[in-house]
Amino acid sequence: MSYAKGLKCRECGRPFPKQPLYVCEYCFGPLEVDYDYEKIRKDLTREKILSRPKNLWRYRELLPLDAKPEDGLDSGFTPLIRAKNLEKILGVKELYIKDDSVNHPTLSFKDRVVAVAISKAKEFGFDTVACASTGNLAHSVAAQSAVAGLKRYIFIPADLESSKIVATLIYNPNLIAVEGNYDQVNRLCSEIANKYKWAFVNINIRPYYAEGSKTYGYEIAEQLGWRAPRHIIAPCAGGSLITKIWKGLKEFKKLGFIDSLDTKIYAAQASGCNPIIAAIKEKSDIIRPVKPKTIAKSLAIGNPADGIYAVGTVNESGGTAEDVSDDEIIEAIKLLAATEGIFTETAGGVTLGVTKKLIEQGKIPKDESIVICVTGNGLKTQEAVVEKIGKPVKIKPNLDSFEQNLHHKL
Amino acid sequence: MSIKVRIPTPLQKLTQDKAEVEVEAGDIKELIDNLEKSFPGIKERLCDEKGILRRFINIYVNEEDIRFLQRDNTLIKDGDEVSIIPAIAGG
Repeated sequence: MSYAKGLKCRECGRPFPKQPLYVCEYCFGPLEVDYDYEKIRKDLTREKILSRPKNLWRYRELLPLDAKPEDGLDSGFTPLIRAKNLEKILGVKELYIKDDSVNHPTLSFKDRVVAVAISKAKEFGFDTVACASTGNLAHSVAAQSAVAGLKRYIFIPADLESSKIVATLIYNPNLIAVEGNYDQVNRLCSEIANKYKWAFVNINIRPYYAEGSKTYGYEIAEQLGWRAPRHIIAPCAGGSLITKIWKGLKEFKKLGFIDSLDTKIYAAQASGCNPIIAAIKEKSDIIRPVKPKTIAKSLAIGNPADGIYAVGTVNESGGTAEDVSDDEIIEAIKLLAATEGIFTETAGGVTLGVTKKLIEQGKIPKDESIVICVTGNGLKTQEAVVEKIGKPVKIKPNLDSFEQNLHHKL
Repeated sequence: MSIKVRIPTPLQKLTQDKAEVEVEAGDIKELIDNLEKSFPGIKERLCDEKGILRRFINIYVNEEDIRFLQRDNTLIKDGDEVSIIPAIAGG
């Protein structure tokens, strides 16, 4: 039973059928899934959601599948953690971490979008899936399409962190390292997608794929006891996640699952790749592409496809935006680990670093509820921090040596 | 000699399903005008009513985004390759 009526151009509103299409052939605007909200309102209740297993499909009426979901049955519903130690350090009253660094199966929020993309690719009858990736998407597509028994081609920038390459190759996909940055990989993939009839999750499956990110927003609201927080800080790469978190919260409001929506959304990027932040700060709705230069490679998209919608989300919600340097990113990664026991990848360092900055600037008040989006796992980007975390204290295997060091070095 | 232009799927209906076409032009503006002469209707897909390139279209000359060059004033010469590509999501 499907609640998705078809696709619709986000710019000109023209309708398109439910097919592997992603761009309006008239104005080139991105296509978006068009739902029958009246039908959803009748069929979906808080009680129904609560009665279902704790994975992203508990919101299945708000996702674009026609058939019963068979993939990603353990993806989503990650912890929302009350960050008591970090509250003290930042001097705020109510702080949470939405922790997708422990998402199943590949430890990032991409497991949500890929669960939807693979399911949809199977519905469309594709036997091959593909993607262009900065790492996290590669892991999730490689893993989930292995489970689904599909052929898979993954395209990455050749300079990706070696740990991210290992974490892709282990699933035995066809892994193609392109000598260029992510934007060049993506351009190439678009040309390949033109020629080969594959399900490119971030190209021709994009309208469906992107919907998976809404579940990150639904879960925040559900886990807070069916209410939206006052402030959400989200990392931006292509600009899709932040847009879909906002869309998810607006849908919950529309369906009456939350009583009010008074949330400000803040965009976070690395200073070395900040086209979305720059546009927000300049009050412009034109995104000027940049050539990325940052350790936050998972966010290193210089030409963000959903950039203008990310800007729109921040402005509509009344939030703002900030960026942080590579050093600030590393400090924030260490701070999160040392206070809350969460080892995040560089993107999480960006989000926490920006949150800290916005609190210090007085842009986020200290006495209201704040949710920080942590979207990936630090074990994937160990190179980023390996030189900045000290070394183990070496001792001989005897008590004397231990006690000597205990007094002098520890 | 002329310039090879890669046409994205949504526009191939206008190019008789050809994914690659050849045109002559000295810059991107002229390239779009000359594409229009060979494939009527293509310009209004690429540009808005004021003739400005639509914001979801990326144009690359020899793999470089024209926004890093001189936008639609970017000069092109015989043998160059131009790609027209819709904006793509990622991560």
